[in-house]
Amino acid sequence: MPVDRLLPSDEAYDLLALVRDIAAEQLAPRAAADEAAERFPRDAFRLLGQAGLLALPYPEEYGGGAQPYEVYLQMLEEIAAAWMSIGVGVSVHALATYAIASYGSEDQRAQLLPAVLGGEQLGAYCLSEAQAGSDVASMTTKAVRDGDAYVINGVKAWISHGGHADFYLLFARTAADRSKGISAFHVPAGTAGMSFGAPERKMGLTASTTTQVVFEDARVPVAYRLGDEGDGMRVALSALDSGRLGIAACATGLAQAALDVAVLYATQREQFGQRIGDFQGLQFLLADMAAATEAARATYLYAARLRDAGRRFSRQASIAKLVCTDAAMRVTTDAVQVLGGYGYTREFPVERYLREAKVTQIFEGTNQIQRMVIGRDLLRSVSG
Amino acid sequence: MNIVVCVKHVPDATANRTFRASDNTVDRAGVDGLLSELDEYAVEEALKIAEAGDGEVTVLTMGPEPATDAIRKSLQMGAHKGVHVSDDAIHGSDAIATSLVLAAALKRLEYDLVLCGMASTDGVMGLVPAMLAERLGIPALTYAVEVSIDGDRVTVRRDSDTAVETVVAPLPAVVSVTDQINEPRYPSFKGIMAAKKKPVETWTLADLDVDASQVGLDAAGTAVTSYQARPPRSSGTVISDEGDGGVQLVDFLAAQKFV
Ligand SMILES: Cc1cc2nc3c(=O)[nH]c(=O)nc-3n(C[C@H](O)[C@H](O)[C@H](O)COP(=O)(O)OP(=O)(O)OC[C@H]3O[C@@H](n4cnc5c(N)ncnc54)[C@H](O)[C@@H]3O)c2cc1C
Repeated sequence: MPVDRLLPSDEAYDLLALVRDIAAEQLAPRAAADEAAERFPRDAFRLLGQAGLLALPYPEEYGGGAQPYEVYLQMLEEIAAAWMSIGVGVSVHALATYAIASYGSEDQRAQLLPAVLGGEQLGAYCLSEAQAGSDVASMTTKAVRDGDAYVINGVKAWISHGGHADFYLLFARTAADRSKGISAFHVPAGTAGMSFGAPERKMGLTASTTTQVVFEDARVPVAYRLGDEGDGMRVALSALDSGRLGIAACATGLAQAALDVAVLYATQREQFGQRIGDFQGLQFLLADMAAATEAARATYLYAARLRDAGRRFSRQASIAKLVCTDAAMRVTTDAVQVLGGYGYTREFPVERYLREAKVTQIFEGTNQIQRMVIGRDLLRSVSG
Repeated sequence: MNIVVCVKHVPDATANRTFRASDNTVDRAGVDGLLSELDEYAVEEALKIAEAGDGEVTVLTMGPEPATDAIRKSLQMGAHKGVHVSDDAIHGSDAIATSLVLAAALKRLEYDLVLCGMASTDGVMGLVPAMLAERLGIPALTYAVEVSIDGDRVTVRRDSDTAVETVVAPLPAVVSVTDQINEPRYPSFKGIMAAKKKPVETWTLADLDVDASQVGLDAAGTAVTSYQARPPRSSGTVISDEGDGGVQLVDFLAAQKFV
């Protein structure tokens, strides 16, 4: 059964119906095989781009759909429920897109956005380094001005879409100041001096390639800097506010997918002469899974509605990221429990869901970092 | 070039479909409806022909009020306008009455080519295209797996078990297409937004000068007299191989008349 959603317009209902069709026909059937083969599904992003799904939350003048985040995120949830690596990929692409849309000059937007929103150009987001994870401001990748270009040196780590993306949103140090010394750059694939490490061998999201991105005297034109020198941290963090909502929606979709498999299984598997779903002990497990999933959805949607209304939503974005990804971890773990030994095998998707859920508690700010953000915001609201 | 595509709104084939107990007609209330999947191929083919030349695609449907969803989906895919024939008297119509109403509607439209799916996914009779052509007095080219337009002639390929046929006819003509002919496109978000502004006309039988007594359940030449729910799927036969697995498999297939 599709999730019963409250949407703000007729076109949003048609849009979600379209997304469900594409997810069921084009994404879900190949997810398990591509994950097992660790195959990056570049073509799937093209398909989503052609359907206009990568353009939803951006202004119409650049080819965007001018849809509220409330609608965009529910689209993302449906995609992640069918195939988590694609949901996460759309969210990563959105991080890179957001910086152009929000901080690019008029020229940069007009030049870059149409292909980015249409899915012909896939983005990556290069913030983390091996020694600068949660503490991103300690990054050491440098951009040194030389005439009309910057010369980039350093190594970015954990970069989703590394080697597959068409452009890289890069954060690099242009001055010594810990957070005000960082700037943002648009780096096209194929830039001389840029290369990629071997794909990380990960526990899950194996179709989503993650690599180091190495810069050795790579020259990036000054015209490709987004915002002013020193704006980088601001660009990174505001993109992350929206990105966290993306991951929250993906995690909710993953939880929903696990719940759906568990409920169906509970109506089919019999033990002690009856359906296991008829045991109260198992029903309570399913009920808690549903409660966690629907609470997660309500949480990210509340943050999205604040964002759509132009209100501050940083704290609610962090709360959503924390609540939704913890819910995904618990629900996917319990889904394996509902399926028993079968759930622990690769014949069923729930063990993969569990492996995919774990990373959502880690990237886009670990859940400890989210608590830090929430806690600081609480104190600031009292002491200013 | 004006292309009219006849489409049908049908109960979702993946849902639990049934009949109405009151009059043994298809229960359309209990199940979500959608544009018949087989008609998506006709819409796609119409769009391809229109895009290759300078064509306009009109989608025509007959059905109760929710059938407008089938028109909307076609408009979202890229068709230009829609016509919805809706009238309470139509309820229960058979293929003969359906072709009568569609032909009456087509006489009020401009068309060089009429495209249909090869059958509906609910009735699955596949008779309407030929009946429609007969009523319009134009050629019927059915089960096309390839369609090409050359000036005022249409050429189609039909694949059967024993032969590949090439059939040529002057336009206007009715062509029904199979699910082998193309890969229907998905609508896009732009298509969804654009469809909201595309014109859809709603016509009644009176608008078409069709006498209500010629259509509907009472006029139908066929009737569903009884029906039964499909039996629940049995658990199947498990053969465990203890040296004679192959023989058992062949015996099973032979018993089912597969070999
Ligand atoms: C699959 C995957 C994809 C990724 N994709 C990208 C990408 O596309 N772009 C990108 O830039 N990065 C990406 N990352 C990197 C990701 O954002 C980092 O892994 C994450 O920020 C955590 O950094 P770290 O791994 O260095 O952990 P660390 O920062 O070393 O953290 C280790 C542990 O210490 C805890 N900790 C750290 N600081 C504190 C504190 N102050 N208080 C309490 N606890 C703390 C953490 O919560 C964690 O439990 C990706 C990571 C993965 C695994």
